[in-house]
Amino acid sequence: MKLKRGIPLIDQHDQHGFWGGKFGGSFIPETLKKPVEDLTNEFKKLRKDKKFLNKRDFYFKNYIGTPTSFVKLDNLTNHLGGAQIWAKVVSEANGGAHKIYNATVHALICKAMGKKYIVGDTGAGYAGKMLSMAAKKFGLKCKIFMGAKDIKRQKPNCDAMKKNGAEIVPVYSGSQTLVDAVSECMRYWVSNCDNTHMCVGSTVGPNIFVKICGWSTAQISRELKVQLKSKFKKIPNKIKLINCVGGGSSAYGFWSEFIDYDKKQIELIGVEAGGPKKSKLHAAPLSRNAKIGILHGAASYLCQNNEGQINDTESISAGLDYPGVSPIHCFLKDTKRARYTYATDEDALNAHVMVTKYENLNPSLEPSHAFAEAIKIAPKLSKDTIIIVNSCGDAKKDRDILKERLGKK
Amino acid sequence: MASLINEAFQNAKSENRPALLTYTVAGDNTKKKSLEILKSISDYADICELGFPHNTPIADGGQIQTSAYRAIKNGIKINDVFSIARDFKKSKKTKPIILMGYYNMIFQYNENKFLDKCKNVKVDGLIVVDLPYPENKKFASKCKKRGVNFIQLVSPTTSEIRLKKIIKDSHDMLYYISMLSTTGGKLKVSPKKILKRYGKIKNQNKSKNVVIGFGITEKTIKSLKKADGLVVGSAICKEISNSIKKRQNPVTNVTNIVKRLKNKIK
Ligand SMILES: Cc1ncc(COP(=O)(O)O)c(C=O)c1O
Repeated sequence: MKLKRGIPLIDQHDQHGFWGGKFGGSFIPETLKKPVEDLTNEFKKLRKDKKFLNKRDFYFKNYIGTPTSFVKLDNLTNHLGGAQIWAKVVSEANGGAHKIYNATVHALICKAMGKKYIVGDTGAGYAGKMLSMAAKKFGLKCKIFMGAKDIKRQKPNCDAMKKNGAEIVPVYSGSQTLVDAVSECMRYWVSNCDNTHMCVGSTVGPNIFVKICGWSTAQISRELKVQLKSKFKKIPNKIKLINCVGGGSSAYGFWSEFIDYDKKQIELIGVEAGGPKKSKLHAAPLSRNAKIGILHGAASYLCQNNEGQINDTESISAGLDYPGVSPIHCFLKDTKRARYTYATDEDALNAHVMVTKYENLNPSLEPSHAFAEAIKIAPKLSKDTIIIVNSCGDAKKDRDILKERLGKK
Repeated sequence: MASLINEAFQNAKSENRPALLTYTVAGDNTKKKSLEILKSISDYADICELGFPHNTPIADGGQIQTSAYRAIKNGIKINDVFSIARDFKKSKKTKPIILMGYYNMIFQYNENKFLDKCKNVKVDGLIVVDLPYPENKKFASKCKKRGVNFIQLVSPTTSEIRLKKIIKDSHDMLYYISMLSTTGGKLKVSPKKILKRYGKIKNQNKSKNVVIGFGITEKTIKSLKKADGLVVGSAICKEISNSIKKRQNPVTNVTNIVKRLKNKIK
């Protein structure tokens, strides 16, 4: 299994949609074959269409507000006394997280395909919130599928969705979290694919959804590359790019421009949700060596039992609380280009506390997992090492959880 | 191909009616009960589909999900599914049984091992919901090698060219999904429209048995009786749920429903 240079990772799959011959694919019911094929053709066309690209760039700039800033965290760096810690503050994007890139592109594709209805899944509520924003912006009717447990724990984002005029469909099956929301959203699409466009909220699902999402979030690393060159004159020699991984859209977006670099120069570190310290449950299929399985139309490392039933997962972070992971991250793991680890709920909470204490930054529980790893490794590293954390979400949505766990207001 | 599945269709045809296919979930609500149900309804059903339940069934509606979750909760394992199938075939030697489910379970069990086991317990056919054409080609030929019918699905969204290819690669039976829906949806397309599309599929190769499924209940079954076969699943699963709720014997209640379904297409 080998990575190719000079070709975006999202395009390094075979004719059946598999990366590395075994990750991804399109394990879908017959009914979805046609809509998936239509979407695949449309995307292939649009991504070469100058007009469409201009439109994308226009909305990225004027609606999403790119580029998001790239800042040094001086206080945290001084406190830890090792590597320099920097943050790419993607949470500055309109809506407060990277999910806006994928949502905007999907809304544009939906428009281009002449569909008036758009549906999507959400865990942390960001994918749902952003899709509801984009739908409103582009005049689409929007339905969001969300696990009942997540509706309770991510209320601020639900309020935003409703305000934007989206309908939230609560999902009561299974663990009532993201995995069930995605299943229910796919079921809805099976029944309504003739007039409805589906957006998958991360780089997961059937091959085409991995590609569209990765293509959208890749904007993050394009910006970072420019910002690195302007801050350091050239790409520095020792960089570590640390990102949380749920489905993996934020991490892929953060890394895509840097995958071709030697890993000795730019190390890619993905941090999954380790769950509560005392619990056996987690949402870390890559770093805790899960076996390959098929979920939501794609093969990936997957938290499952030996019969192939999907395991319950547990994480304080609704956005990372998912048993599967993007096939492109499985590919990056097996080719050893990226390294994956996990942080527990407690690690993430502690990291959140430390970052907010030292910096004027308020990372949500998802990127707090990435900060946990940065905080862990920084003291051991040289001062010329540049750690960059993707602070991809804002903690406003975690208000209730943080209050409960930290007594914070 | 001389298969029990083909025979079942011919038999129904000789009686001038469509074949009746039932779908129940293995282990719903217990291993023992689901075997009893299967044996009892097979007096009226021509072909029995038996689902191996998955806890993330992306193409199933509420009724079948409920059955699947119930069976898993009661501890059903793949090997139990095979033993139910084996027991069934021991007493109903000529009644075809088709296993139906999602690919991950086959993948985890190991494809070859799974298919050997199918052959061994005399499973007649296999439907894999999320393994569409053409990705299923290799798998389908592995089935054929073992004398197991691989049943392709066709849907209203299947294009003409694709339909031709699927039929060409199909074995004895094709499954036409009546409408854009998960299982258990209300029939939202007119029977006339469904039969028109069905006729188009049938015309491509008359020797293939084409069944229609999704949205078929006691109310709707009669209107589609021109088909080679009709599949009823959610209506049966719902009856099991109702029986449990009312503390009645699901075996009797489900058998009665199947009997009534059969009477409607005679
Ligand atoms: C802020 C934030 N970060 C990360 C994630 C995890 O998703 P992904 O791994 O696709 O970036 C989510 C998902 O909801 C999120 O809201």
